[in-house]
Amino acid sequence: MNGVEGFMYPNEIGLQWSVLIVLYPFITGLVAGAFILASLERVFNVTAVKPTYRLALLTALAFLLVAPLPLQLHLGHPERSPEMYFTPHSTSAMAMFGYVYLWYLMAVLVLEIWLDYRRDIVLMYQNSKGLLRMVYGIMTLGSTNISERSLAIDERVGWIVTLIGIPSAFLLHGYVGFIFGSIKANPWWSSPLMPVVFIFSAMVSGIAGVMLLYMAITKLRKHKIDVRCVDTIAMYLFYIFIIDFSLEMLDLIHRIYEADESFRSLNFLVHTQLFIPHIVIQIMLGTLTPIILLGITQVVKLPEIARKRIYSVAGCLTLMGIFAMRWNVVIGGQLFSKSFLGFTTYKIGLVSKEGLLVAIFLTLLPLFFLWVLVKLLPPWGENTTHATAGD
Amino acid sequence: MNISRRQMLVLLPAAAVAWKFVLAETPEQSPNYKMTEHWWGMLIDISKCIGCGNCVRACRTENDVPEGFYRTWVERYHVSDENMTEPEVISPAGGENGFPVAAEDSKKYFFVPKMCNHCADSPCTQVCPVGATFVAPDGVVLVDPKYCLGCAYCVQACPYGCRYIHPKKEVADKCTLCYHRITQGLTTACCEVCPTGARQLVDLKDPKDPIHEFLKTHAVQVLKPQMATGAKAFYNGLDGSVR
Repeated sequence: MNGVEGFMYPNEIGLQWSVLIVLYPFITGLVAGAFILASLERVFNVTAVKPTYRLALLTALAFLLVAPLPLQLHLGHPERSPEMYFTPHSTSAMAMFGYVYLWYLMAVLVLEIWLDYRRDIVLMYQNSKGLLRMVYGIMTLGSTNISERSLAIDERVGWIVTLIGIPSAFLLHGYVGFIFGSIKANPWWSSPLMPVVFIFSAMVSGIAGVMLLYMAITKLRKHKIDVRCVDTIAMYLFYIFIIDFSLEMLDLIHRIYEADESFRSLNFLVHTQLFIPHIVIQIMLGTLTPIILLGITQVVKLPEIARKRIYSVAGCLTLMGIFAMRWNVVIGGQLFSKSFLGFTTYKIGLVSKEGLLVAIFLTLLPLFFLWVLVKLLPPWGENTTHATAGD
Repeated sequence: MNISRRQMLVLLPAAAVAWKFVLAETPEQSPNYKMTEHWWGMLIDISKCIGCGNCVRACRTENDVPEGFYRTWVERYHVSDENMTEPEVISPAGGENGFPVAAEDSKKYFFVPKMCNHCADSPCTQVCPVGATFVAPDGVVLVDPKYCLGCAYCVQACPYGCRYIHPKKEVADKCTLCYHRITQGLTTACCEVCPTGARQLVDLKDPKDPIHEFLKTHAVQVLKPQMATGAKAFYNGLDGSVR
């Protein structure tokens, strides 16, 4: 039973959106951010991050495959979810989900990965046997021409797809922010800044996620980490993080200064139930600490080993902070009454349909998908042969 | 057309399933009801509500409202003249069993019945991803339980806390303004049982409805007017402290 303090409307006592809805923006944020990191190399010619290009794409795909699962599990009638495709309601932000998801999955991510890997897929198809040969055979989609001209076309089209992919990634996550930001009934959510904050926090989490994955996988493979690459990623992470933090602070200061009818209630919430997740975990540990750590690496000449350690710590703290941000938006936004006269609590179940175990499983599932994808489509150095078509 | 015995064996069960489906979808017959001739709302007179909870109980019985959830409820406000912005509000079990005796002090007490406001520009219908909830041509906000996904986006979007997810049906549920009754020419269950007439069903398209005269001659307000939802639950004597 939820603990109530003050007065809640009687239907408000139980929370409608659980930890699974916290996972959804967290996962899509990683997808969008990972893709933006990949586009740095492909479109903006940041060659230093090349070692992470394919890994970033595969990471985005692995997480994107899992993204709809928390939503499906949350629905009262998941079997009716195809109705969102067949009879979408034109005034609903949520109705866009299916289309944005499919567009991003099929028209952007899968297409870009396929174009980038097509040569490798054909070669692996020719050099493998049995079931694997069949799998690669299907993945070629019958296109086995790897002449120079054909690969040049792949390059050109891949570049265009990435170019289209950047606004698509913004759309994917900006729309998630809009789902919350457009709810005028909820002052904790209702803000035109919400989609922008979501986009920047997505970039932060995706870049940090891929940086950590790259460092961890390279270590596991007993290869040398390309320090120039992680230095560059950390630099981008630092600057984008500053923009993200500035936007969040702008929102916060605006709320404090305006102090509208909801302020007293929200202020109380932030100083009580949300103090640890919002002030301590999100802002102090998950935002300010990594920004300071990354800032140190930008202004002080540190040895390689120290930099790598700082990046690892900052990356982990960043992911924790972004997860806390999603938690504070989704859960925090349901802890106060729309009467602004009371508060409820959220207790996460352990084994329920929307419980902790399911949430942990869904968080780990993309890593399993990534492992399969990496096995199937090795993203390592020697294969990243594409020239930069934008030259 | 010749139908073989084998074809008949296939067709009969299929026809039976189809017929059952057709029957299940048939709404209650209301031959004389024309949706476009009505625009329903509710008039709630704060000064008349005694907090007896009859409306809450009648609503639960009439509409089989699940335990712990409310299509209508009653709140009791306790407001001091020094601090109107922080009223003490209670609604034990939605006011279903009435209220405890109030302490005698200098503050004012009053009851506020709450329900779906059947907004003309309802934020809940706006956000529904499949259009399972909608404003009917007669102004009543309804949910199609056979179509609702149970995503709860509408529950989040309602500024008044009037919606919930039905724990058994796992779809959005709310006040239907006793649609099965008003389309038969009856009033709602809550209006029917209110001993003081604090609630009155009103039809804004009916020129003979006394609501027109009432709205002209009284200071009537809606809840949270700043939300601009086109609420049609009109409150007479609504105190500024009410949220």
